[in-house]
This record gives sequence, structure tokens and C-alpha cells, in this order.
Amino acid sequence: MNLDYLWSGFAVALSAQNLLIGLIGAFIGTMVGALPAIGPINGIALLLPIAYTMGLPPESTMILLAAVYCGAEYGGRISSILLNVPGDAGAVMTAMDGNPMARQGRAGEALMLSGIASFAGGMIGATGLALFAPLLASIAIGFGPAEYFVLMVFAFATLGSMVGSAPAKTLIGCVLGLMLATVGLDATSGAYRFTFNEPELGDGIEFVVLVIGLFSISEALLILENQTKGHTVIREMGRMLARWSDIVKITGATLRGSIIGFVVGVLPGTGASVSSSVSYTTEKRISNSHDTFGKGDVRGLAAPESANNATACGAFVPMLTLGVPGSGTTAVMLGALMLYNIQPGPMLIAERPEIVGGLIASLFIGNILLLVLNLPLVNIFARILTLPNWILVPGILTLSVVGVYSTHSSIFSVILMLGIGMVGWLLRKGGFDMAPIILGFVLGRVMEVNLRNALAISGGDIGILFQSKISLILWAMAIGIAFVPVLLARRAKKRRIAAEQVEQSA
Amino acid sequence: MKRSIIGLLAIAGAFAAVTLPAQAEPAKPECLAGAKPGGGFDLTCRLAANSMLETKIISKPMAVTYMEGGVGAIAYNHVIGKRNTDGNLITAASSGSALLIAQGKFGQYDETAVRWLGAVGADYGVLVVAADSPYKTLADLIAAYKENPTQFAIAGGGAVGSQDWMKGALLAKAAGQEAKQMRYVALEGGGAVLTALEGGHVKVGAGDAAEMAQHHAAGKVRVLAVMSPKRLPGSLQDVPTAREQGMNIDWPVWRGYYVGKNVSDADYKWWAAALSKLAQTPEFAKEREARGLFEYTMIGEPFEEQVKADVVRFKTMIKEAGL
Repeated sequence: MNLDYLWSGFAVALSAQNLLIGLIGAFIGTMVGALPAIGPINGIALLLPIAYTMGLPPESTMILLAAVYCGAEYGGRISSILLNVPGDAGAVMTAMDGNPMARQGRAGEALMLSGIASFAGGMIGATGLALFAPLLASIAIGFGPAEYFVLMVFAFATLGSMVGSAPAKTLIGCVLGLMLATVGLDATSGAYRFTFNEPELGDGIEFVVLVIGLFSISEALLILENQTKGHTVIREMGRMLARWSDIVKITGATLRGSIIGFVVGVLPGTGASVSSSVSYTTEKRISNSHDTFGKGDVRGLAAPESANNATACGAFVPMLTLGVPGSGTTAVMLGALMLYNIQPGPMLIAERPEIVGGLIASLFIGNILLLVLNLPLVNIFARILTLPNWILVPGILTLSVVGVYSTHSSIFSVILMLGIGMVGWLLRKGGFDMAPIILGFVLGRVMEVNLRNALAISGGDIGILFQSKISLILWAMAIGIAFVPVLLARRAKKRRIAAEQVEQSA
Repeated sequence: MKRSIIGLLAIAGAFAAVTLPAQAEPAKPECLAGAKPGGGFDLTCRLAANSMLETKIISKPMAVTYMEGGVGAIAYNHVIGKRNTDGNLITAASSGSALLIAQGKFGQYDETAVRWLGAVGADYGVLVVAADSPYKTLADLIAAYKENPTQFAIAGGGAVGSQDWMKGALLAKAAGQEAKQMRYVALEGGGAVLTALEGGHVKVGAGDAAEMAQHHAAGKVRVLAVMSPKRLPGSLQDVPTAREQGMNIDWPVWRGYYVGKNVSDADYKWWAAALSKLAQTPEFAKEREARGLFEYTMIGEPFEEQVKADVVRFKTMIKEAGL
């Protein structure tokens, strides 16, 4: 296997500028992760326009955003442990055993152990990514318009498993994203669609405008609405150094959690919230012989924490190799590449090895930076948990407006962003997830253009979509991923009913 | 006493009136790029900004500002609406702007709503095939196309109606196929055209010389014809022109500038003279080459005529194609 791209990637990531960018990203990411109100996707949405306007080259921007993403997975544990409020979706399970430990006066130990578990998860995930990425890239040249279209069908099929609780709302969100993607200049016919003679809509709805509106503005409104009701921060840290015996004890759980996390991350459409709960329940089944889980067991802390970090790395695999985002956050990063006129997809690693290699290398370096940052500085990060809303909300709003205006220097964009933010807020109150909208938006245009190009090549014959081996495999995978979860759920339901019947008859 | 001061002022004023406006350098030279930094219009602006300062035609650095949207449509409307008389400002344009005007995509305004200042360089259209393609000359390609018109998917880096599409349509026409029947694949930029050729997804690509020259030199594609009046220098010097191969067509993609409609004649003349002077300097030739542009200098009145002719030509093609 040729790993040249990775070594040259280290050269990119180790340049003084990119190291500094990575460090800044890691620091911001940890803060963003620790703040219960905002998650990695908000952090990235707010930073993207700033990085872009500062004229950072694309590889530096990707390094910054990746550092924020990974940092948030580290930071999420802090509020889980100290507040019993998960800092982001991936840290929900960390609170299960982390907070009991803190209440037993072992907060410092819990933070250090979870930091080590995060580090292991991140490193294992990054290694998997480095090995995986070039494998898929070798088949890249076979991807023509027809194959791309089927690939997008596959990506949308994975959405079903993304937010299982309300599939209808996921689909509606996705369709909304698709609809928004049709606004603007049609890339095939050159006609303007849904622009209402407004020249500023000629290029469509700008990605930054949509992302900041949907995530940041609606988030600020939500925070204002549900003024947090005074959580008690645990200030007694206890001893800051973990016991060696505990570190040995968590080794198995950390390794298992990392591998589960990576695999779940690679599957498009599933994120850290899935992987951390899968790894926690797996670990509980394997190790909970003395019924210590949920009462401050270090293994229950390590498993989900290593998993959510490994997932963050795993999610880059489909994004970098296929151009299919593995999570909402990578969907935003995909949009960031498009902002730089870089078309993500199977050709990316061949055409821009410095971006793929630099990003993967920066994950290795970033994890080391994060470990170094997180062990001694945990007290500082813990302090920002008490950041009052009257600083937080205006801060988010200011960054949003400045970010959008600096990217597009148009008032129209700012107003559009605010409008989208209001709609996003209403949708979120209605129980809609924002990630499918972004996925629909990012993938919709690619899907449409490639379908039309495929049909242009074949002269309107739909058979071209089923011609190549790649297409057929992708169709099979799409059908599989769309229906297997449904079947599994049905089987589980049958079993439950059967079990209930047994109980009743007993 | 009072009267003498007024007299002095009057003399000074008259003196200023004589010396200042006539051929005076703009106080705050600015070039507006109707795109993101790094895009084509930005390069056009930087070409003027860098080389004018380097050759001391301007004494103060020229600011480059950006107004992204509608491939220059926002900038065009902005100049017409808000900077109509601003003699400090030049705005980057290309033959693509003339095409969009012909298509009515620059809003309600046509090509007479601004003053066209000059073009300072051009790229030329090319037709390419994959490196392992059996077609070695344009005649081979046209003959094969004629035999089997439904098998020839043509890729270009733009939508239907774009310049790449028009180059493809000219090929189709030469092979006796109607533009409407052409199997045209609209891709995003020359890089995607290259990939589609390499992967065997399309048979012919339409693009621009500067970008394809690198891939031609690297042996990834074969440029069959350049659409220029004479052969191009550099790595494409062995590639015959379309004219040499019996297809009577040039396709210059010029890059130039326009100013507001009501900019004073003095300012217009100053800019035109400055560009003419600039185009003859070796510093400028170097800058132009670095940006992948070939020599194409057309300034003032002839350029105004050229833009108008372009718009008419594009309109005819659009009509013929039934778009």
C-alpha cells in the first residue's frame, strides 16, 4: 500500500503555520465541546467563514476544522463529568459513569482517564483512516456520472439509519435540503431557477449562509428560550492523577470502544451518539459482572469516550474517499471544500493529496496536542462551563453576522441567514434534525447534475445507471442499508412480543 | 485685499482646471472583481494592479475589491447603478461576460450600459481527446463523429449555452449534427473534463488552451486543435489550428475591463492610454504569461466594437441552437 500521501501530509501538517492553526483549533474545539449549548457543528459553522475570509489555504482550513471537530469530542466529556450535562451528542454516555465518579470526589481522575481514552480512540481512528483512504481511491477513476449518481442514492439510503427515531422527519429535512439546492444557476442548462429576479440568488443559497442560519442562529434562539436552570458544577476535583491500576483496567474497554467507534464512524449516516451508546452497552455486557456500571466504573467511562473520538476519525473515511459525509459535521466540512472550488469525491486523494494527507496527519498531531492541552488545562476548560448566557448568545450572534458578511460582503446574505435561522428554530422546535437538511443540500446538486450528465451521455437511456460493476455494487449496498435496519427492528419487535407472550403465559 | 484673495483663488482654480483633470492619474485606482478572490476576474484585476504599479504607470497601489455573484452580474449591476461616473474604477470582464449579456443574464442591462475599456490578453478554445484515443487529427474526429453521431458524448466545463458548449456545438455542426442533438455533458471546470476523458466516460472535451496545455504536455490528453488565428507558443506549438484543419473558427476568450457609462472622456482616455502603454512593457508580458494568457491587446474604440460583435455572434449561435 502506498502511504506517500501521508508522509507528505505530515510535512504539510507540521509546518509552523498549520501547527499553530491545529493548536488553536484544538483549544477552540475543546471549549466548544465543553459548552453544553454548542457542539462541534456550531463551532465549525462559525469558524469556517472566518478561516475562509482570512485567506487560509484549503488544507489549513481543513486542519483547523478537523482540530475543532476532534477537540469537541474531547471537550464534551468535561461537562458530562462535571455537570452531568453532555457537552455534545457523543458525550451522552460518558456521563453515565463519569458523573458518579465526580460525585464520589474522583473528578480529576475521571477527567484524566477519559482524556487518555479519548487519545487512544483518536489515534486508533486516525490509523484506520490512514490505511483505509488509499484503498478506496484506487477505484476512483471508474467513477463517471452514472456511478456518482448511484453513489448519491447510496448516501441518501444511509439517512434512514441516521436518525432512526423519526424517519419521516429525517426524510422531510432531506427533501428540504434538496429543494434549497435547486435555487440558483442550473449547472446543466444554465437557466436561473427560483431566483425571483434577485441577482444575489443567482449562485444559489450560499453554503455558509445556510449552515450558520440553521445551526448558529437557531441555537442562539434555543438557548434564549430555555434559559438553563442553574446546574451545579462539581468543583471538588480530588486527585488529578489517575491510578496506574485504573489505566490498566480500562485498556481492554478502550481498545474495544475505539474499534467499534471507528467502524460505526465509517458507515455513512451514523455518528458519535450511536457509537458511544453501542460501545457502552457492549462493554456493560462484557464487563459488568459486579454490577458496577452506572456507579462510577472506569471502564464505563473509557468505552464511550474512546468510541466517540474514533468515530470522529472514522467519519472522515467516506467523506475523503467518496465525498459522502459520515456525519453532520463532516457534511459541513464537505461544503467547506466546495467553498474552495474543490470537488470532493473519489478523485480527491489523487488530485489534492496535500489536503487528504495533511488532514489525516493533522489528526495524529491534533490528538497529541489535545492530550497535552487537556491534561494540565482541564481546570481552565472546566471554568468556561459557568460562562453566562448573556455573553454566549450575543457572542454567537456577532460571530454569525460577521462571518457571513465577511464571506459574501452583502447585506442580502445576512438577512437570508437570519431568515433561515428563524425557520431552523421553528423546525427544531418541531423535532426536526438539521443534519439531513445539510446533507440534502450538499449532496442534492451533485446528485442532480450527475444524473443529467449520465442521461446526456446515454441519450436518455436509463440503462446507463445499471451498466458498470461499481453501479451495481452501490445499488446493492443502497438497498441493503435502507432495508436491513427495518428488518432488524421488525425481528427485534417480534422477539419482544414473543418474550412478552412467554411472560404472560408463565 | 479681499478682492485680491478672490483673484488669487480664481487664478489658482483656473490653473487647477487646466492641469488636474486632463490625463491625471486617478487618485484612488481600484479594480473590481465580480468573483471570489482567486477566481478568473481576480486574476484579471491583479494583472493590471501588479504590472501597472511595477511599471510606475500608477504611483499608488491599485486596490482590488470583490463582489461575488452571478459570474459578474452583481458587479455589472453595481457599476451601472452606483459607480456610473467613478473614474477611479475599472472592472474585470471576459468574453464570458459578453455571452451572459447576450443571454440576458446580466439583468435588464445590455452591453451598451457601460464603456468597454480594453482587453489585455486572451486564452483560446481547444478540442481535446484522451491520450489513448484513436483520433489523431480533427479530420479523423469529424469523420468518426459523422459515422456515429449518437456515440459522441462531448464534455465541457460549463452549462448548456456556455462557451465550452458552443465549441462542442461547432464540432457537431462540422460533423453534420444539430447542436440540439449533441450529447453534451456539463461538468464543473477543466479538471472534471480531464477526469471524464481519462475514465473513458466521454470521447471529446472542449476547453481552454492554457489549462489543457499542461495536461497535453504531461501526456494525459491530446489537444487536436487550437481555435486561434495562428499557432500558439509553448507546449502547444505543434498543435495545428482549427483553421489549418479546415474548420474556419477562432475562439478567443479575452480578458479585459470596463468602466461606468458616464465616466469622463478624460478618465476613459487616461485608462486607455495607460493600458496601451502597459501592454508594450516586458514586465506586463511576464505577468500575462504567468497567468496563462496569450497576447491579445485591443483597447478603446476597437474593443467597444469587438464586444458588440461578440454579443451579436453569441446571440446568433443561441438562436441557431434553439436555446
